[in-house]
Amino acid sequence: MSKVGNRILPIISVVGFIFVFWWGFSIILNSPWAYDQAKRNSVTLSFSELVVETWSQKRPKLPTPYQVATEMWDTTVNKKITSKRSLVYHTVITFSETVYGFALGTGFGILLAIAIVHNRATAMSVMPWVITSQTIPILALAPMIIVALGSAGFNGLLPIAIISMYLSFFPVVVGMVKGLRSPEQLEIDQMKTWSASSSQVLFKLRLPKSVPYLFTSLKLGIAAALVGAIVGELPSGGGTGLGFRMLSGSTFGNTLQIWSGLFSAAILAASLIGFIGVFQRAILKRMALELQ
Amino acid sequence: MIYFIAAISFWIFAWCMNVWIARQTSGDVLKILPPLLFGLSLMLIWETSIIYFRVSPVILPPPSAIFFKFISSGPILWADFVQTVVKGALSGYFIGCISALLVGIAIDRFKFLEKGLLPVGNFMAAMPIVGIAPILVMWYGYGWQSKSAVVTVMVFFPMLINVVQGMKMSDKIHRDLMLTYNASYTQTLIKLRLSTAMPFIFNGLKVSTTLALIGAIVAEFFGSPIRGMGFRISTEAARFSLDMVWSEITVAAVTGSIFYGSVVLLEKRITFWHPSQRAGI
Amino acid sequence: MFQSPVIEVTDLNLTFKTNDGPVNALSKVNLSIEKGDFVSFIGPSGCGKTTLLRVLADLDQPTSGNVLVNGVTPEQARMSKAYGYVFQAAGLYPWRTIGANIKLPLEIMGYSKGEQKTRVAKVLDLVELSEFENKFPWQLSGGMQQRASIARALAFDADILLMDEPFGSLDEIVRDRLNEQLLEIWKSNSKTICFVTHSIPEAVYLSTKIVVMSPRPGRIIDIITSDLPADRPLEIRDSKEFIAVSKRVREGLRTGHSYE
Repeated sequence: MSKVGNRILPIISVVGFIFVFWWGFSIILNSPWAYDQAKRNSVTLSFSELVVETWSQKRPKLPTPYQVATEMWDTTVNKKITSKRSLVYHTVITFSETVYGFALGTGFGILLAIAIVHNRATAMSVMPWVITSQTIPILALAPMIIVALGSAGFNGLLPIAIISMYLSFFPVVVGMVKGLRSPEQLEIDQMKTWSASSSQVLFKLRLPKSVPYLFTSLKLGIAAALVGAIVGELPSGGGTGLGFRMLSGSTFGNTLQIWSGLFSAAILAASLIGFIGVFQRAILKRMALELQ
Repeated sequence: MIYFIAAISFWIFAWCMNVWIARQTSGDVLKILPPLLFGLSLMLIWETSIIYFRVSPVILPPPSAIFFKFISSGPILWADFVQTVVKGALSGYFIGCISALLVGIAIDRFKFLEKGLLPVGNFMAAMPIVGIAPILVMWYGYGWQSKSAVVTVMVFFPMLINVVQGMKMSDKIHRDLMLTYNASYTQTLIKLRLSTAMPFIFNGLKVSTTLALIGAIVAEFFGSPIRGMGFRISTEAARFSLDMVWSEITVAAVTGSIFYGSVVLLEKRITFWHPSQRAGI
Repeated sequence: MFQSPVIEVTDLNLTFKTNDGPVNALSKVNLSIEKGDFVSFIGPSGCGKTTLLRVLADLDQPTSGNVLVNGVTPEQARMSKAYGYVFQAAGLYPWRTIGANIKLPLEIMGYSKGEQKTRVAKVLDLVELSEFENKFPWQLSGGMQQRASIARALAFDADILLMDEPFGSLDEIVRDRLNEQLLEIWKSNSKTICFVTHSIPEAVYLSTKIVVMSPRPGRIIDIITSDLPADRPLEIRDSKEFIAVSKRVREGLRTGHSYE
């Protein structure tokens, strides 16, 4: 078996299993409704009729993969990209919020990490609060941030990007602090024998050595930024984005909308992480460093 | 105005104190002060700038208002806490972490599972799991069970990834030694590999504490009985009673910190042998 | 003309505070090293030889006593680029070529680009690694990496070389060759070298002076001035004089209870 085949076959079989279970569970979860409807119409359902019925409900408890796929197809290909019914439209909005927030969070995180590593007072006073910040449910702060920024004149993507940044800066700070502290005592001593200044040590040793840690954190950061964007859309009432789509689907009982939104978010997450992964492999190879 | 300047001066003073404390090499008790001083000076600046810049309480209430609301809302806060944290977050946390541990061991035992499940697991861990909250509420109803389910799923995948990574951590030398003793898989597991996996397992447990809390609160946004922190936050926010919202946030932050801190203490006791616990960085 | 010693250590004491109690790493060390000496420090683990080297390099500070390098404190000596330090591991950056690795201290110390180029070429030639200037560390063997590390220490014209078991992780065949090369560099550049080692033959082969140390507390047992000729082919290791010096070293180690 070829090397690629060796890696793909287990994944395909696991995914295949999942799909089989999925279709099976669709029958099980959607059957109460199906039986209910049948009773109302004084009809009894044979098993095959049950299967057909449960796999084609309009508001199924568990839509089949086929239903989700057709819904996604319908709302991407068959709608204008600029229309509010288009999945592409909402995906692009969430994507922009995510990238914006991720950029802010990464920049802030790296700067904070550098401050923490170089200044003990900063490390001791700020680090505990950084950790505590993640225990504050950002979902609660979200409406306040949006209202506060809105009253100061900042509308549009920025408030949600701030929420995104709040969630993504944490993995970046934690990872970069680890990475900036990763040089061994031997390497620090070397720098000391050359009387290098702190900034020389930072740029010539610490930053290059922290690159593997940075990439791992970037992957976590962008996933967190996406969650932040989705969560930020929930209370904002802005009416756009994948989070909003899932919420309105939930409010109006449109299950297919929830699932298609969720899958789009998953695909978006996978693509963003994959994109970073490509850079990661290229740069780590160039620098001959190992994954951390 | 004068209070605002006083607050800024306090912040500068507190910062100088922190720099001095940072230079001390002994005195572990002192180590608690910097974050407290920093937090205190932030609070003072917050309080005085609300007054000085005349910020409306609808946008951001001052810490004093929050404090008063907090102590006068004891019963409500407690009921919300029990609903969200105890029934939703904690139950989901334990179910999710324990099942992830078992699945992780299974993946380790049956290598075939790893190649198939791990990429899927990585995918699921990266996915915004919050999205399944509305689905699970639809399946399990409005009660705490759906919140527990959301937390279980949220916590499961990051924990699983950490467990799988941890199971690989034992040195070849140690495993070879076990082979020379003709130890069975279970014996090797219990006597060697679970111990070496502990640092990673605890990494997963720590990350999961924050996920559990967030998951329970977010899930309540999608439907909940008239109790629970997420519920309280959304309704009070809609009513612009921001002092109540911030009281709930305070409860969440304190809970989260205590939860995280307890896991860290447990970690220190169990993985005392690991270099990261021994080195005084 | 009486020349003041390059390195002068008077009544040096160093106690480390550890989690398991204080450790007396160095106790009442007195030492004097002249310009052009090749001094080996030998002893078992815990005898303080690496610690002594680190004190000279200002990487550790003494608890009491006086240390003068080039007539000034170790800190001043370090800041005036008085010595090059070679660690046990090569410590090359994997993301820089060999040439770029050697440039690293030169960049930090502010040499001009032109100067950097000339110096890199010169020291690579000294250690016979000129064709590897554009290769990466992982493309070189362990012995070659250590040679690059030595070249890096020579790049900025420090008169003193402090070397901490630089050949410890290499096999004996490579070690012999590197010992020969090191002697060549020492002779043709009149460096003063302090060399920490575990190996008695290596210490006797390389040095003009051998400092025998022993642990608990770390102290000097004996300072042996070698009477071997300056010209030393490897075969000298089978000579009577060589064996006599080795015997003295061995006895010193035994007196210091090094074999317990």
